[in-house]
Amino acid sequence: MVVGTSVQRVDGVAKVTGKARYTDDFTMPGMRVAKYLRSTIAHGRVSSIDTSQAKALPGVDGVFTFEDVPKRIYATAGHPYSLDPHHMDITDRYLLTDHVRYMGDEIAIVVAVSDLIATKALSLIDVEYEPYQPLVEAKDALAKDAVEIHKGTGNVVKAHSFVAGGDLDAVRKECDQLLEGQYKTQIVQHCHLENHTAYAYMDDLERIVIVSSTQIPHIARRIVAEALEIDTGLIRVIKPTIGGGFGNKQDVILEPMVAFLTKKLDGIPVRLKLDREEGMVGTRVRHPFDVKVQIGLDQEGTVKLIHFDALSNTGAYASHGHSIVSAGAAKTHYMYPRAVYSCTAKTIYSNIPAAGAMRAYGSPQMTFAIECAMEEAARTLGMDSAEFRLRNGARAGDKSQITKKPIMTCGLLDSIKKGKDLIGWDKKRALWPKEQTGEVRNGLGVAIFSYGSGTYPVCVEPASARLILNQDGSAHLQVGATEIGQGSDTAFAQMAAESLGFSFSKIHVVSCQDTDVTPFDTGSYASRQTYVTGQAVMRTAEQLKAKILHHASIISGLEATLITISGDNIVISESPEIVVMSVQDVAIDAYYNKERGGQITAEATYKARNNPHVFGCTFVDLSVDIPLCRVKINEIYNIHDSGIIINPLMAEGQVHGGMAMGIGAALFEELMVDPDSGKIYNNNLLDYKVPTIMDIPDLGAAFVEPNEPTHPYGSKSLGEPPIISPAPAIRNAILDATGVAINELPMSPKTIFKYFKNAGLI
Amino acid sequence: MFDFNSYHKAKSVDEAIALLSQNPEAIPLAGGTDVLVRLHGHNKNYRHLVDIHDVAELKKVTMESDGTIVIGSGMTFTGLAHSPVVCENIPVLNEGGSSIGGPQVRNVATVGGNICNGAPSGDSASPLLVLNATVELKGPDGIRRLPLYDFYQGPGQVDRKAGEIMTCLRVAADDYRGWSAHYYKYAMRGAMDIATIGCGAACKVVDGKIAGLRLGFVVAGPTPLRCWRTEEKTIGMQADEELIDIVKNSVLGDLRPRDSWRAAKDFREQIIKTLAERVLREAIKRNIRNTEME
Repeated sequence: MVVGTSVQRVDGVAKVTGKARYTDDFTMPGMRVAKYLRSTIAHGRVSSIDTSQAKALPGVDGVFTFEDVPKRIYATAGHPYSLDPHHMDITDRYLLTDHVRYMGDEIAIVVAVSDLIATKALSLIDVEYEPYQPLVEAKDALAKDAVEIHKGTGNVVKAHSFVAGGDLDAVRKECDQLLEGQYKTQIVQHCHLENHTAYAYMDDLERIVIVSSTQIPHIARRIVAEALEIDTGLIRVIKPTIGGGFGNKQDVILEPMVAFLTKKLDGIPVRLKLDREEGMVGTRVRHPFDVKVQIGLDQEGTVKLIHFDALSNTGAYASHGHSIVSAGAAKTHYMYPRAVYSCTAKTIYSNIPAAGAMRAYGSPQMTFAIECAMEEAARTLGMDSAEFRLRNGARAGDKSQITKKPIMTCGLLDSIKKGKDLIGWDKKRALWPKEQTGEVRNGLGVAIFSYGSGTYPVCVEPASARLILNQDGSAHLQVGATEIGQGSDTAFAQMAAESLGFSFSKIHVVSCQDTDVTPFDTGSYASRQTYVTGQAVMRTAEQLKAKILHHASIISGLEATLITISGDNIVISESPEIVVMSVQDVAIDAYYNKERGGQITAEATYKARNNPHVFGCTFVDLSVDIPLCRVKINEIYNIHDSGIIINPLMAEGQVHGGMAMGIGAALFEELMVDPDSGKIYNNNLLDYKVPTIMDIPDLGAAFVEPNEPTHPYGSKSLGEPPIISPAPAIRNAILDATGVAINELPMSPKTIFKYFKNAGLI
Repeated sequence: MFDFNSYHKAKSVDEAIALLSQNPEAIPLAGGTDVLVRLHGHNKNYRHLVDIHDVAELKKVTMESDGTIVIGSGMTFTGLAHSPVVCENIPVLNEGGSSIGGPQVRNVATVGGNICNGAPSGDSASPLLVLNATVELKGPDGIRRLPLYDFYQGPGQVDRKAGEIMTCLRVAADDYRGWSAHYYKYAMRGAMDIATIGCGAACKVVDGKIAGLRLGFVVAGPTPLRCWRTEEKTIGMQADEELIDIVKNSVLGDLRPRDSWRAAKDFREQIIKTLAERVLREAIKRNIRNTEME
């Protein structure tokens, strides 16, 4: 068995020894450096720009402004192409703009022989602006006389509305209680270790090669082709090792520009690399939400309806803005699927950095709102918070109100029970005093989540894999899916080894994607790869296995149906201890026998048409130091139903990472905007408070493992979900400890101070 | 790539003084944890550097015969944490020093740099203020000494004259013998952060009464500050809860916390009052325990 064991990551040694090569580790003779000129105002127009001095600076190869770029508007969201005209991504960007929409907007770019000369050249460009009033908040952007940030939009990207599972007004009348709450989430940033970086060159007169730190090489190729009006086949995107993305590299940010620059400069290699300060405003952030929730309950404590009214701020450009709220709403609906579920939502433009995809894509915001509201519901009814969720949470056999399909596997209730045991819920509830006094008070909290395993049926879910048998009996595995640190390459190798009967070390994963040779897959997002790509890997492995057995049968004269592969050998199916020959023997014969065989390869492509949901919860025990307005987490557990776990140690690591990120968003992180100017105060890692190792408590991860029938190895998603439920669980524990309901994020000391002061606690 | 125009490496204090005197625009570069950040941001005021990083005479801690502790300005915070003289006599300096940055920063950042950059938030400032430290400077006109409190002139401004190098910080025996102290850094996270409020307290309790009490705060005003009026009030008082109440309710009168996007004034005031109480209580506890042990 390889699946289900904690084999070592295929890229582990290379990464910890510094051998793994990232985009910035590659260089080429004559490579140039590009740097953006970013706007110093948040909203307005460039009234004049003079680049003559910059162009005259020795060492400058070119200065390009909005006047020089193609008059072609394009979309940057890294979604698969949609055949449905109503599902197309929003085209609202040019490569460079004279219409400034956030402080840091890209109005010109310099290419020079060195970083320093490029920086000097930027300082020589004279820009004059016609400034407009910055529209930072929803009330500004939606004001009647507000300037349109994008023409014809009224500053609304999209409005959604749906009701699932019944008649909202009718159910409302049946409810014994209706509770309402309003919850706000902040702007956070991904803070992946490796900043955005890409370079491009031409290797003939037409073809452009782009090397980029991207989660989505195949999608990037299409978007570059669209942005520059070049045939897709002339664009080649290479993705080397990548230092994290968390969704920020599911957006096509630098690739069209480097392609444009190399083309303008006769194919010389040009690198465009953002520094941290630039990246924190000039890439993407998480959408801040303002959500009103209404919960309808009957006397027994059954949730009858959940209604949202959500406002999401996408900032200067749509990016993923048109799909974040609806994705968040659809995925969270599975938490309480027996209730009528209704959502009205509006996503607006404003003059702040553009929000895009970020780990769990709208679900953390929606889940914070729902799970805060559910806590109020449980407390209003006088019910135990965990018991309330056990009563109302999803069960296998429940039907999705949206897709009308049954939930086949659901470990939610088992997760809650397991979490209660791990944290000692009942024992602490019994032991702890009902009313706490004193400066430091303890609290217990719980929150649940649900999430998908891909984007079907909203988007197409294609995956492809290729296996090539080597002379030594090992195999190379190529996938279009991207390893971005989450461990997918290792999971694919495990699946391939399992299906082939090979030992794990005999599978070599080609970790680099190159769109000229890598089979098609849309890439890493939506926690899709283990689930979706895994099925392509399994199909490819079965094909390869059949071909190996076919050739072994030719060599040995045994019927192919009598033999199989086990432990890297061809064995008799019924008596696996009888070894016919090694896989290596088959390979050598296939490659070099003059009369028969050939290279043994297999390739399969697959489109997933299921989207099983995952479930789980966070349990937390914390202390609140009231005078210092500070939370200390004593114990915290995430319990996940992700189906059968492919690699327990990596899964635990994935959960730890997500929990740490969730704790960061709960207690520490916020990108802060000056409401008057639209300036971001803290676009650096000193002032943007990503928690350090000192701030993260010991993290507990546990799993319940129902066998998902739609996946060959029983697996469901795990990538994004661990980030979703820590924040509401922590908020609910603070409420438990202090009686104060904090309804906004982050629950940093500054926020807590405001709430405690209002509550008269300090 | 950094945009600097001149770089000289000094091997001695005198050479550093000569180099600084020849180039009035030059900035001393010690650990580099501030200066390199400025260079990274292409700051025009940092284009001439005199590197004093390897000046050996600045990198030692000694005790003079009268018990005065002399801390070389080139001591790194890791160096201070490993200095027996500091650990045994003025451990509060390490409570401040070890809260700076992370291990990599502390391996190179120097105490002289932390003071000379004039930051209102310097974590070594509060411990050194409650130790009544004196600054020693050497320049073209010779050596001069002044109290650390007077060395601070405003945010980012210290009384270091052209051509001068801060050679050491001096703590007299009377300012630490018989005293106990504590420093607490309140920041938004547990490492790699600037203090939101830093509070240091030193006290000397004799027969249950306050014989001396000093409070030093960072980020509670334009420079690191002492709480002179509060300190004065407490002399001769019983070291009890009433004293702590008085201090808690009086410290704000000595301080000038401000509103900024990093933290609001009323929030800082809440933390100042809470820290004054808790840090002083700990310092008194330590002093009583230390006295009993003797």
